Amino acid sequence: MSFPILSVIVFTPMAAGLLLLLMPARRHGLIRGVALAAALIALSLSVYAFIAYDQSLGGYQFQEQASWIPQLGISYHIGVDGMSLPLVLLTGIVMLTGVLVSWGVDDRPREFFAFLFILATGVFGVFVALDLFVLLFFYEIAVFPMFLLIAIWGWQVTREYAAMKLTLYLFIGSVVALVGVLAMYFTSGLGTFDMLRMEQAGFSTAFQRLWFPFVFFGFAVLGGIFPFHNWSPDGHVAAPTAVSMFHAGVLMKLGAFAALRVGIMLLPEGAKFWAPLILGLALVNVVYGSLIASVQTDFKYVIGFSSVSHMGLVMLGFATLNQDGLTGAGLQMFSHGVMTALFFAVVGIVYDRAHTREIAKLGGFSRVMPLVAVAFVIGGLVSMGMPGFSGFVAEFPIFLGLWQVQPIVAVIAALGIVITAGYILRVVGKVFYGDMPAEFAGHIGAIRTQDRVALVVLAGLLVLIGLQPWVMAPMIASGAQAVLRVVGGG
Amino acid sequence: MTLPLTAPPLINGLLPEISLLLLAGLVLLADLVARPRQTAGPRRRGLGYLTAGGLAAALIAVFVLGRPGEPTLLFGGMLRFDTASFAFAVVFLFAAAVTALLSVDVEGVGDRGEYYFLLLVATIGLCLMAAAADLILLYLAIETASIALYVLAGFLKRDDKSTESGLKYFLFGALTSAVMLYGFSLLFGATGQTNLYLLADQVRRGSASLLFVGGAAVLVFVGFAFKISAVPFHFWTPDVYEGAPTPATGFISTASKVAGFAVLLRFLLAFASPTSDTWLVVLTAMAVATMTLGNLLALVQTNIKRLLAYSSIAHAGYALIGVVTLSLFGTASTVFYLVAYVVTNLAAFAVVILFARSAGSDRIADYAGLSRRSPGLALALLVALLSLAGMPPLAGFVGKFYVFAAAVNSGLTWLAFIGVINAIIGLYYYMTVLKVVYLHRSPDEDKPIAVGLPYTIALGTCVGFILLIGVASAPWLERALAVAASLY
Repeated sequence: MSFPILSVIVFTPMAAGLLLLLMPARRHGLIRGVALAAALIALSLSVYAFIAYDQSLGGYQFQEQASWIPQLGISYHIGVDGMSLPLVLLTGIVMLTGVLVSWGVDDRPREFFAFLFILATGVFGVFVALDLFVLLFFYEIAVFPMFLLIAIWGWQVTREYAAMKLTLYLFIGSVVALVGVLAMYFTSGLGTFDMLRMEQAGFSTAFQRLWFPFVFFGFAVLGGIFPFHNWSPDGHVAAPTAVSMFHAGVLMKLGAFAALRVGIMLLPEGAKFWAPLILGLALVNVVYGSLIASVQTDFKYVIGFSSVSHMGLVMLGFATLNQDGLTGAGLQMFSHGVMTALFFAVVGIVYDRAHTREIAKLGGFSRVMPLVAVAFVIGGLVSMGMPGFSGFVAEFPIFLGLWQVQPIVAVIAALGIVITAGYILRVVGKVFYGDMPAEFAGHIGAIRTQDRVALVVLAGLLVLIGLQPWVMAPMIASGAQAVLRVVGGG
Repeated sequence: MTLPLTAPPLINGLLPEISLLLLAGLVLLADLVARPRQTAGPRRRGLGYLTAGGLAAALIAVFVLGRPGEPTLLFGGMLRFDTASFAFAVVFLFAAAVTALLSVDVEGVGDRGEYYFLLLVATIGLCLMAAAADLILLYLAIETASIALYVLAGFLKRDDKSTESGLKYFLFGALTSAVMLYGFSLLFGATGQTNLYLLADQVRRGSASLLFVGGAAVLVFVGFAFKISAVPFHFWTPDVYEGAPTPATGFISTASKVAGFAVLLRFLLAFASPTSDTWLVVLTAMAVATMTLGNLLALVQTNIKRLLAYSSIAHAGYALIGVVTLSLFGTASTVFYLVAYVVTNLAAFAVVILFARSAGSDRIADYAGLSRRSPGLALALLVALLSLAGMPPLAGFVGKFYVFAAAVNSGLTWLAFIGVINAIIGLYYYMTVLKVVYLHRSPDEDKPIAVGLPYTIALGTCVGFILLIGVASAPWLERALAVAASLY
């Protein structure tokens, strides 16, 4: 058997987390070193897998399978395809940059990194799962640490409320999906939780239409779909920087991905039946999310609602059920993940120095932290879908796909992009340019090297994908094709 | 059904009870011999170590020598020696051993020979309950266990709450067991049999009115429902749990409850389908009411022992889901759930005991700052509560998964949904405790909580099992299936 690269990626963070818990709490330097090493290992293996994936072959690669609970046909079956591999890579990137921007966490860093890494294991696990039980297992592992991370290290004002709200929303979603999964398992009569075999289960149309909403929306709660998005801005804002990055950057993709993998791919007839509803709701996400974002006075809430809006584009892409739309959705998941991680890193850096996030009280920060300003502007351009940046590469195919299905939806969704441009420019202008309030002059500390590295990595990726889409687009397109093969139509 | 009344593997089948009896005598003797030289120090922990060590030895002996083959009836049909009786005995021995370890440093309990003696006697009763195949022995077993447990609950004579707890437990117990005994007598009157399997055989052949038997069985269920603290026979639970010495609470909430389920399963499955339809309606309603009420009332608790009491009521409801499916998988899922619940709840009570010993309080608000006072202990509580809430990779998640799967499998999807909604409520109140532990600050943060060796062993074992059962559940499910199969 070859090197179990995916298992190593999945369990490296968990092992590091447990190791951290065994270390003396006061050795902060050592703790950070271990955390960084683990993140580097996970990222380099993800990069290796990304490069080594054979696109000409397509399909699920690096598969591993081991019997787990044979009585119920549950096996530890993992593998990646063109859709999930970029998300594994994304997780690796956010994990590393998250560790870098958390260098300054002083309150119990041991527990912080341990919980963050257990979360990371859950996320990796969901992306590589090819067995429904494995997927649910890791899904829940990914949800709970969030509660502690936000409640303990979050923003004092809202953390208890936000942490509880987020956890309950996500748990409700996941257990509803769990019942749907059980119904699928017993109805299929195959006696297996293996998704590749369940794709051939041939559920009746009535069954699919009945259970699709449970499964899809159960997972899509975590994807932030309207009207179940309410937890997400509060959660984003209350969370500490690295957790916001994880949360908006990776966790929301987890929901979207699971909704695609389990909802759409296993219940395709249900997906076709419910697609118009998803289109409608996701459209609300895009437009409503961006409108709400543009009236926020808190820097972090702007970004929080922009995530709601951008995840709407992902859901729109899913609902098109065609090649362009799905490819775009896949690219958007990656692009938005990196972009929003960048945004939250910037917000965190500014907040740490200004101790306020009121947009009205900020100003002129480009003069004291030019690199941060440049990074934020790059993220903003991505967010607006400017050509030459990854946002364009992702959003253009989504609109192409939408046009084939419902031109009117595409037109209205484009409105969301315009509003996005509005609020991003407002924030850029207000926070980074203009006059710096007197109270900040001379008090703004230097940016840590770790922060610089994180920003450069994230911003660089956004430009790279924008200028050279070939590094990722064909892979995701192959993944989208695989989805369509299962779903049928095109 | 024919009765294989062959030459019995008597010793093997009775090994748990025999070793418990010997150990109980030994403990009394040791207490007597050591009493004159009563000094502080080693003597204080000696009895606890002796009990726990003896139980561990008994556990090993049962594993090596006491494995069942084909189900056999012993003593002219009094006991049934099968995988179920074996497995439940193992659970009881384990729970008793952990309880003994958890008792050693508890004031007024840990150095008392009669406390350990009663614990062992209760365990004998529980083992007999799980094996009993005859109404008379079943009643005797239940009383043996119960009377010992009443005394354990009221063991702290100078503590009003403990006394109240013991008395309340006794009054409720006596009442329900009287009703149950009445049900037994009606069953005997209808069939002329006291042996459970012969009795069920008679009913199946139609020699007794189904309505009559069904009614009598409902009376019997009253007794069982009391044991598992199912709604509406749960009223004693919070008060008894709160007042009893905490190690005894842990034992009552785990071993005694599991024994109730063992009896319920054996009784229900012996009768199997024809008579069971009416009972199933009763039991299903009971499951729904039990988990819902338990969870809702847990929401408003401010005392950790009362919270765990209501949570234990709710867990009885989840476990009942597997029972009412009446399927092989459903029964196995209940057995699995119970095992997961035992190790989890014992871990939770271990933390409660340790905390109360250092901080002298059971109020949830006083748990503030625990994660700074004692990160390891906080982590153990985190694992235990998350397992109770049903989070992977812990035992409780897999347990709930199996139970809900069994419900969906038997076409009871609505019941699975009710279970799922309850799991959400459950998560909420477990999280409020964890919030206090991890988030709230307290002036006592620089006072670490002392964790003695016996507690480290007990807690480590339980947490280890929580993780093991959660991650590698296949072998456990295999055994649960074997237990279920032996009950049919």
